[in-house]
Amino acid sequence: MSDIHALSGAYAIHAVDELEQAQFERHLEGCPECRAEVDSFREAAALLTGLAPAAPPEALRERVLADARTVRPLPPRTARRTRRGARPRWLPALVAAAAVAAVGIGVGVAVWPQDDPAGGDGTSRSLTASERVLADTGADRVEVEVGEARATLVRSREAGRAVLVTEAMPPAPEGRDYQIWFQSPAGDMVPAGVMPRRSDQTVLLEGDATAATAVGITVEPEGGSEEPSGEPIVLFELG
Amino acid sequence: MDAMSHLSPVPSGDPGGTGDDLAGLLRLSARGDEQAFARVYDATAPRVHGLVLRVLRDPAQSEEVTQEIFLEVWRTAARYDVSRGSALAWLMTIAHRRAVDRVRAAEASTRREATYHEQNQEVAHDATSDAATAALDAHRVRQAMESLTEVQREAVGLAFFGGYTHTEVARLLDLPVGTAKTRIRDGLIRLRDQMGVAS
Repeated sequence: MSDIHALSGAYAIHAVDELEQAQFERHLEGCPECRAEVDSFREAAALLTGLAPAAPPEALRERVLADARTVRPLPPRTARRTRRGARPRWLPALVAAAAVAAVGIGVGVAVWPQDDPAGGDGTSRSLTASERVLADTGADRVEVEVGEARATLVRSREAGRAVLVTEAMPPAPEGRDYQIWFQSPAGDMVPAGVMPRRSDQTVLLEGDATAATAVGITVEPEGGSEEPSGEPIVLFELG
Repeated sequence: MDAMSHLSPVPSGDPGGTGDDLAGLLRLSARGDEQAFARVYDATAPRVHGLVLRVLRDPAQSEEVTQEIFLEVWRTAARYDVSRGSALAWLMTIAHRRAVDRVRAAEASTRREATYHEQNQEVAHDATSDAATAALDAHRVRQAMESLTEVQREAVGLAFFGGYTHTEVARLLDLPVGTAKTRIRDGLIRLRDQMGVAS
């Protein structure tokens, strides 16, 4: 704990690699002191930018304002980056999740692409789709805890895809599979794939994740269903 | 206010774009107010672009990134959470992250083997363009920087203005791996305390 705490400065000014970032963000959820420290470092760093201002060309102003005219601002976040369970349309998933946890489903997390086929150091080859998602520091990241373990959903609007990372996830009950769903803005549930039957994994969700307002995991008959047959055991609410 | 107004090009009367008014402008921007957003741009573009240039160095790429940053600010203005800090810090965090992302994505191709000192000097010369470098603020910031130990200053500088990870910083400064992050943290603590940022 104390060791990871030392990363607060590097994290605050984006001087961490992807793995450290994921680890530290996990740590932050349970460490309000670090959260406050990171915020204070960012205040200080923002002041450093007063040292060397440089006016951009006037034409850039026009381009920026033209962007604004054609792009709709996002709505406010109704959930913090990290929540347990959530609402829209799908009932209190926390309750469902807790019930499932009681019968032995624990979900943990490791936010690095350890199962990506390409592996490697990520520098001298093109990135897999999963890696592109995980490498997008502007991505939405939502962690959900079930029991003592967690699952993380990362959605990159830039890549248009989403990745689900789990660790130590117990297998679905006999004859069942975990299935992943996108919730569309209209509230429809769109199948996004059946999770492989492995406990630690990084799953690239099927289909375009750009517009999804939430991602849920349900327990379905083996092979998956066309529509979710029950409440999600885990729900990731996206902004 | 009067004493400071000559320092400020900010239409909101917000010297250096560091005060409360930026938060108000963001709130209006979140509702789609393009004029408010234009004022956000005017108040912060020199800082943002200065930072991006300093990290990226390439002027054409820097313009692209600055444009991306403001598009993100426009899109996500509603996500600014006043309880987490100042609007300026929120905005500059976005800016810095985008600049660093670009550097890491482009890696070696655009980055030269410049030392922190070279970068420092190079950019400091075009610093005159913006009156928002409120002289008072800059003085305070410089003093704070000077209060750091040399290794703290270098570590913070390489990480923040150079866009290097703490592991890279350790290598650049011949520090044992794992110590650069401590230097960065110690440096930021001292900067924060010297500049009177509430912690």
